[in-house]
Amino acid sequence: MAGVVMKDIRKAYGQVKVLHGIDLDIKQGEFVVFVGPSGCGKSTLLRMISGLESITGGEMYIDGQLVNEVPPSRRGIAMVFQSYALYPHMTVYDNMAFGMRIARESRDEIDRRVRSAAEILQLTPYLDRLPKALSGGQRQRVAIGRAICRDPKVFLFDEPLSNLDAALRVATRIEIAKLKEQMPDTTMIYVTHDQVEAMTLADRIVVLSAGRIEQVGAPLELYERPQNLFVARFIGSPAMNIIPATVTGTGEATMVSMKGGKSVRVPVATGTSEKGKAASFGVRPEDLSVATGEDYLFEGRISIVEALGEVTLLYIEGLADREPIIAKIPGILDVTKGETIRFSADPRKLHLFDAEGKTFRI
Amino acid sequence: MISQIVSAVGVVIAGVFACALYYWLSDKLLQIVFPVPKENVRAASINLNRRAVVRPWLFMGPALILLGVYLVYPVVATFILSFYDRGGVNFVGLANYRWAIFDGQFRQSIFNNILWLAVVPAACTFFGLVIAVLTDRIWWGNIAKSLVFMPMAISFVGASVIWKFVYEYRGGNETQIGLLNAIVQSFGGDPQVWISMPFWNNFFLMVILIWIQTGFAMVILSAALRGIPEETIEAAVIDGANGWQIFWKIMVPQIWGTIAVVWTTITILVLKVFDIVLTMTNGQWSTMVLANLMFDWMFRGGGDSGRSAVIALVIMAAVTPIMIWNIRQANKEMGGH
Repeated sequence: MAGVVMKDIRKAYGQVKVLHGIDLDIKQGEFVVFVGPSGCGKSTLLRMISGLESITGGEMYIDGQLVNEVPPSRRGIAMVFQSYALYPHMTVYDNMAFGMRIARESRDEIDRRVRSAAEILQLTPYLDRLPKALSGGQRQRVAIGRAICRDPKVFLFDEPLSNLDAALRVATRIEIAKLKEQMPDTTMIYVTHDQVEAMTLADRIVVLSAGRIEQVGAPLELYERPQNLFVARFIGSPAMNIIPATVTGTGEATMVSMKGGKSVRVPVATGTSEKGKAASFGVRPEDLSVATGEDYLFEGRISIVEALGEVTLLYIEGLADREPIIAKIPGILDVTKGETIRFSADPRKLHLFDAEGKTFRI
Repeated sequence: MISQIVSAVGVVIAGVFACALYYWLSDKLLQIVFPVPKENVRAASINLNRRAVVRPWLFMGPALILLGVYLVYPVVATFILSFYDRGGVNFVGLANYRWAIFDGQFRQSIFNNILWLAVVPAACTFFGLVIAVLTDRIWWGNIAKSLVFMPMAISFVGASVIWKFVYEYRGGNETQIGLLNAIVQSFGGDPQVWISMPFWNNFFLMVILIWIQTGFAMVILSAALRGIPEETIEAAVIDGANGWQIFWKIMVPQIWGTIAVVWTTITILVLKVFDIVLTMTNGQWSTMVLANLMFDWMFRGGGDSGRSAVIALVIMAAVTPIMIWNIRQANKEMGGH
């Protein structure tokens, strides 16, 4: 079981606490993505798994073995860095062979592994080149190749695509997905701030914020059932519209009245004690549709129209003193700025959070 | 005092103003010589091109003339002088060169210079590199670096005077005030006359230059070390390399160009070493070096411009190729990869 288990992992730099007790159980062969805004501690957590960063408190197990004090090279991990971190004075071949040479592997074994990694990543023609003679995408492939050569139990990726341009990012992302398919037993942990990477690559996503885990789950689970406001806003683009509201009726379904007037029935059960309390009502831009009749969720004035062809983004003002509501309507829409427009939404796609920002949905 | 400051400031301002005036006037002259007529586009473009060709030469002119007078002319004159006798009057052919080849002191100087070359650049670079690496890891590293760098601020003569006290020897029953002898004595040894100890005294003199130049090597190499991407070192840690392997296989190769520049810069300096030897021994007790020998033959007792010209040319011949390589290497480093 080459999984990674974390029990109450903490990190502090002097008085500054960065991670406040992370509990996580990553199974062998899983592709787990850590995602969160910058400064949330996701890279620190990855570096603690690698051993580059010391562990202040808690226990870290890799493959069932406590690794808190084990040096990086003995943890059975390999890491791919954002900046590639290739040795600039070594050829592609030597870059990949370096670790094995340090470990005094036989010449034949080194050659076999380097060539097989180069084959997988289509790097064979470049083995004699120096990193500076390679493009960004090729360099990142070499870095991945170097990791493959270590034959690790756990693969760590630290924002590996951030230095690539948009087109290469998509291509390399697909390559990483393919690589995972070829190595079904290898655990992969991937750090990114890009939710598209997280959604497309992950078996499970770990959303981190301010040194804490906000939610762990499959990509669509996070999208459909965010457990709190942070995850609701973080997953999905544009972010979910959040409207402050008050609970006016409880029971099988909850009645809330939005600031700005209208009451909405949300099919989420709440207890009677919630009545009269503040809540946040959420709806994703893409779940809104233009309403023609009297049965609508809210109405407002269009302040900005962004026509992208495949979708049209509408920024709606009108709900008192708050940021505009964004609606993402498929296709091209014949509306103009300043028009008043009404929206409705499928009640099953409405979200409701309590005053602390936790979901009411169980 | 005040009047001196005023006149100094005045000269600086006047100098800058004169330079600006020169550029302005010479450009005006250019505009008069190559006019750009509005109605004749063809002539205008030809003259504009001519201006662009002439302008750099015009602007660099004063500097080129000064360099010619103070650098090129002396080289040529020295070359010519080397074929003349001591007064520079009678042509003697290769006699001065023949003298140099068979002269014991000249050979001694060549030997000592080679000794200096072998030891000083290597020692400075090595110590500089080691100190740069070690001081990067400790909180008082910057204090240590300042201390190591401080001798750079002392003139060679000043440094030599300091070290004279280190090597000082007092005869008879006088108390030894030299640091080295005091240490030797405290361990029960006999005080030595360090700077007249044949062969080894060369090394005692080299220590002074190493003491001065290690700071230079350290500063440059420290900057280069900081330029090494941290991730490459972390990648090596994950690859299982230990501190020694990381230093030699990952860090040193990445700053190899800078190490070479530091090494050759100190090499050039060593080839010209003069002040330390002059101050400490004046070339006695077989510590003579070429620059000092040249000085002796020209100005002290020798009065022989022919022979000292030969020695000067030998030094120049040794320095020039290293200098060219050094400049090229430095340009390459600055140009990036």
